[in-house]
Amino acid sequence: MTPRLMADGLTKRFSGTTVVDNVSFYVDPGQIVGLTGPNGAGKTTLFNLLSGVLKPDAGTLTVNGVDATNLPPYRLARLGLVRTFQLARELDRLSVLENVQLAARNNVGESLTGALFRPAATRQAEQAITQRAREVLSLVSLSAHESKPAAALSGGQKKLLELARCLMAEADIILLDEIAAGVAPHLVEEIAVLIRRLNREHGKTFVIIEHNIGFIRNLASRVVVMASGKVLAEGSFDHVAADPAVVASYLGQAA
Amino acid sequence: MDSYLVAILTVAGIYLILALALNLQFGLTGLINFGVVGFYGLGAYASGIATETFHAPFLAGLLAALIIGAIAGALVALLSLRLSGDFLAIVTLGFAETIRLVFNNEDWLTHGPSGFIIVTRPVIAGLSRTATSWMVLGVILLAALLVLLLMMRLADTPYGRVLRAVREDDLVPATLGKNIFMYRLQAFVLGSAIMAGTGSLYAHYVQTITPDNFTTPVAILVWMSVIVGGAGNMKGTVLGALAVVFIYEGTRFIGPWLTMLDAEQISALRFIIIGVALILMIRFRPEGLLPEAYQRPAEAASRITPSKG
Repeated sequence: MTPRLMADGLTKRFSGTTVVDNVSFYVDPGQIVGLTGPNGAGKTTLFNLLSGVLKPDAGTLTVNGVDATNLPPYRLARLGLVRTFQLARELDRLSVLENVQLAARNNVGESLTGALFRPAATRQAEQAITQRAREVLSLVSLSAHESKPAAALSGGQKKLLELARCLMAEADIILLDEIAAGVAPHLVEEIAVLIRRLNREHGKTFVIIEHNIGFIRNLASRVVVMASGKVLAEGSFDHVAADPAVVASYLGQAA
Repeated sequence: MDSYLVAILTVAGIYLILALALNLQFGLTGLINFGVVGFYGLGAYASGIATETFHAPFLAGLLAALIIGAIAGALVALLSLRLSGDFLAIVTLGFAETIRLVFNNEDWLTHGPSGFIIVTRPVIAGLSRTATSWMVLGVILLAALLVLLLMMRLADTPYGRVLRAVREDDLVPATLGKNIFMYRLQAFVLGSAIMAGTGSLYAHYVQTITPDNFTTPVAILVWMSVIVGGAGNMKGTVLGALAVVFIYEGTRFIGPWLTMLDAEQISALRFIIIGVALILMIRFRPEGLLPEAYQRPAEAASRITPSKG
């Protein structure tokens, strides 16, 4: 089975400091991998490498069997990998609905020639996209807000909007960077249910950065623990939770 | 007075097209082009040289202006480090100044500061003077209408949605699979080509162009039109361009009222009035006369529900 995502020796340095240090790991189709570790462990930088936002100084990245090292973000998205951001990046002056419509793939009306010379196809595609965007918005409980500018959403709602965009993008692999942080507790539970459902019913693969240990334990089939840019431990939740190095570096503080 | 009105409307049409092109670049896509007059002037001289030096018909001159504007736009875009904000602003500013110096100094091509004379006009030969000026006005208003329809179409389609997303935060469309550099490049090249095409219309309207026609004050009026009208909203740009041109041209009439000022002071005063208007606008209505709608009206119409309850 081809792994959805395979990182081999990924390394990133910022002016002499090695932030991600020779990180290798893989994600099989249908897995939910939890990525955790103390602040400054390099989790978000690793996400930036996995999504093409940053270029690695060394190492390779393979997405769905294709060599994706040094590909720009839009090419990775087209390979089926999308992400959310630790600090929500909603498009303020677009409506909530537009934020989600934007994520549709292969939209004929998004090309200059399509928009100008294929009005019927553009209109038809847009109708289908609008309908699907509304379905996605109802999944994340944002239907009531679709006409508002995204800037008007609360912090937690913005996180949900990012998740909605990922769903709209029809990706195989979804990287979620602290999706539950700043979200109201009852919504965190809803997000967890949603992730599980998308995983089981739609076969979506997730990599989840999360400090909320309960959230990880609840969802992840495998946990990767990072510290100081390196992978400290990897395996089932119970396995890594019992690892003395992990306990010392991170879980010990949380427990 | 009648001919003066025709002249004002003609100038307003020219500023309107320039402002629509800038609204595509800045209002929709967030690209800062301080070199509006560079592209505008390039098109004017390109068209003039095509029709006078090479005796091409007006439409061929217009086409030459559009093509050269597009090429210049692409070169400026590729030079400025993938069109990232500040670099593009500086490069476009430098481009406009360089172009103006070329017009001033390459006498063999442009006849320098003494002016380039253009005989070819976009009209039927043999019309009376009044009919000719009305026809030129008609051609320019027709061009403005076509550009307006094109821009409204682009702004209203999913294409425009991606441009606005690029403006808001380019990392988001990039991570959703959009090739943001291509979108920026297209918007910049299309806008630049239209600015150059406007230069062609202007050149064949005024018939004598000098490098002084393409200096910063023109760019300021174009930028004001976009900001006053409401960046991102094409109908707002129409309103903005009309407001700016009528304020600017209307202030010509203050001269006789202020006899203690000489012509140069009056001309400075007109820019002061425009500047004050802009400051007041930004202070009290920064989103412009007609702000950009954050939802496409067609979609919102079916979904407007009262939020209270």
